[in-house]
Amino acid sequence: MSTATDTPVGRGPDAPRTPSADASRRRAPHDGEYSKAEAWRRRLPLMPAFLFVVICTQIPFLLTIWYSLRSWNLLRPEGEKFVGLRNYLDIFVDSTFRTAALNSILITLGCVLVSLVFGLVLALLLDRKFFGRGFIRTLLITPFLIMPVAGAMLWSISMFNPSYGLVNWLISIVGISPVDWTSQLPMLSIIIALVWQWTPFMMLLLLAGLQSQTGDVLEAASMDGAGPWTTFVYITLPHLRFYLELSVLLGAIYVVNTFDQIYLMTAGGPGTASANLPFYIYQRAFLGFDIGQSSAMGVITVIATIIVAMFALRLIFTSINSKEQS
Amino acid sequence: MSTVTADAPRTSPTAPPAIRRRRPKGRTSGHVLTVVAWAAGLLFFAPVAWMVLTSFKQESQAASNPPTFFFTPTLEQYASVIGTAGAGSYLLNSVIATACSTLLVLVLAVPAAYAVSIRPVKRTQDFLFFFISTKMLPIVAVIMPIYVIAGQIQLLDNILTLIILYTAMNLPIAVWMMRSFFLEVPGEVLEAASIDGASLLRTMRTVLLPMVAPGVAATALICVIFAWNEFFFALNLTAANAATVPIFLMSTMTSEGLFLARLSAASVLASLPVVLAGWIAQKQLVRGLSMGAVK
Repeated sequence: MSTATDTPVGRGPDAPRTPSADASRRRAPHDGEYSKAEAWRRRLPLMPAFLFVVICTQIPFLLTIWYSLRSWNLLRPEGEKFVGLRNYLDIFVDSTFRTAALNSILITLGCVLVSLVFGLVLALLLDRKFFGRGFIRTLLITPFLIMPVAGAMLWSISMFNPSYGLVNWLISIVGISPVDWTSQLPMLSIIIALVWQWTPFMMLLLLAGLQSQTGDVLEAASMDGAGPWTTFVYITLPHLRFYLELSVLLGAIYVVNTFDQIYLMTAGGPGTASANLPFYIYQRAFLGFDIGQSSAMGVITVIATIIVAMFALRLIFTSINSKEQS
Repeated sequence: MSTVTADAPRTSPTAPPAIRRRRPKGRTSGHVLTVVAWAAGLLFFAPVAWMVLTSFKQESQAASNPPTFFFTPTLEQYASVIGTAGAGSYLLNSVIATACSTLLVLVLAVPAAYAVSIRPVKRTQDFLFFFISTKMLPIVAVIMPIYVIAGQIQLLDNILTLIILYTAMNLPIAVWMMRSFFLEVPGEVLEAASIDGASLLRTMRTVLLPMVAPGVAATALICVIFAWNEFFFALNLTAANAATVPIFLMSTMTSEGLFLARLSAASVLASLPVVLAGWIAQKQLVRGLSMGAVK
């Protein structure tokens, strides 16, 4: 049971092991090895961080559950009252909520998968020596470092503006008529801006994975007469599996919470065509002042996220453990 | 430390250094891949380059069709952004929120990471899982109570609220990252220190912290990036007094109509600190982003 505690996460079989690195792997003690007092003394340095996170995340979430059971709209004068699960029932007949949920899934899946493929291609391109490699890598990571608010406005105005945007000018060169990107194709516009921002993230993780591959395995493959494609499919991809899963998990955690791009590029519009759950809940809470409703939506979002995350986490930690045991 | 080093030797320690990993398979295909890599790099950077270019234009040149590529650069937009009334207070708020929350994260995360890596007991893994699980909690699900509580204790539009929330936002990642750096410290070093009779605090200060300093720096960098760029909490919990740079940037767009060149200059200035830090510390960035799981 203690395999994942006593080995550092990610210290793969291919990481060079020096004797001191092996000695530093600490064994998690079994039950009863320490007295209760000693165990608590050892856990004590954890407590400030633990309490801080509990107070800032768990207590507000418990309050969200409480609010979600109440009818509480700051615009209505009658105050708040307990309504049980009414808010939840209302959500099930709210077609905008369904649109927003679907958009959340589309944006997260679309952005994570496309960024992953782009990131993999770029990582493969950068995983060889060539003139200006460091410079190109620096250019490629920049979209991730640009302030998301600045990135969102850059895309919605400088790139996608219907009259003077750079994208319409570029497509006009090849004879395509201008498109009003953020109103005609709001979801696509948002996904493009997000892919631009997250591809560097995927690239950096996958490049780290590629460079942790040892040379002798690839050398052996090439001796055995494997071509580049065969080597990639049978050796590189399996090696990268852990890094691919990690990229998807971390990317999804961040992308599912996307707010900046939607708020600034389309404001969820036209209508509610490009609203995702964070944006829709924000709208109900801070523009509709419907605390009960928005809280119920928040609770449903959390439940859905936990279900998805449980599968993802299980997958990735199985992968970490198998990596460490092999 | 990092694997993404430009010239890292690709051969394993056991293989003779003369054997390179990939022999050049014909110069032409190598050249093609180099050209593709350059094209991809320039393509991804193009929007940023365009933003920088636009920031040096006059407004009439910025919003022209076809786009203006050749013009006499002007610093007018930068002067106008810097001269905006109150620009300094947005900047100050961002600096305070970022610096204080990052420091607070380090103060809380170093002991926690020490506990889960150097002196683990059973169930410390549960704490690690708890920390990472809070990152799965969508921020919107807690914003309402935070808003209500902050209002009741008179902390709306107060920079302290952002400091606390940014700390909570970055703390889980920081604990995970630092754990992986602490795990690299050889056990013998710590044993030697304890045999020599060094106290726990002294061991931490003189032995452990110097060894994990690069990891602490990488952790701090990640915290700085996320705190500096944060928008959602700042939008909902601040107004005139505690608003940060992302809010200033947004107000540049909405309050005075569209001044594209000025907006671009503001965007460049707002992004510059994090972009420069990221460029300088890109090797640490990789480990930081992957929470130390990737080496």
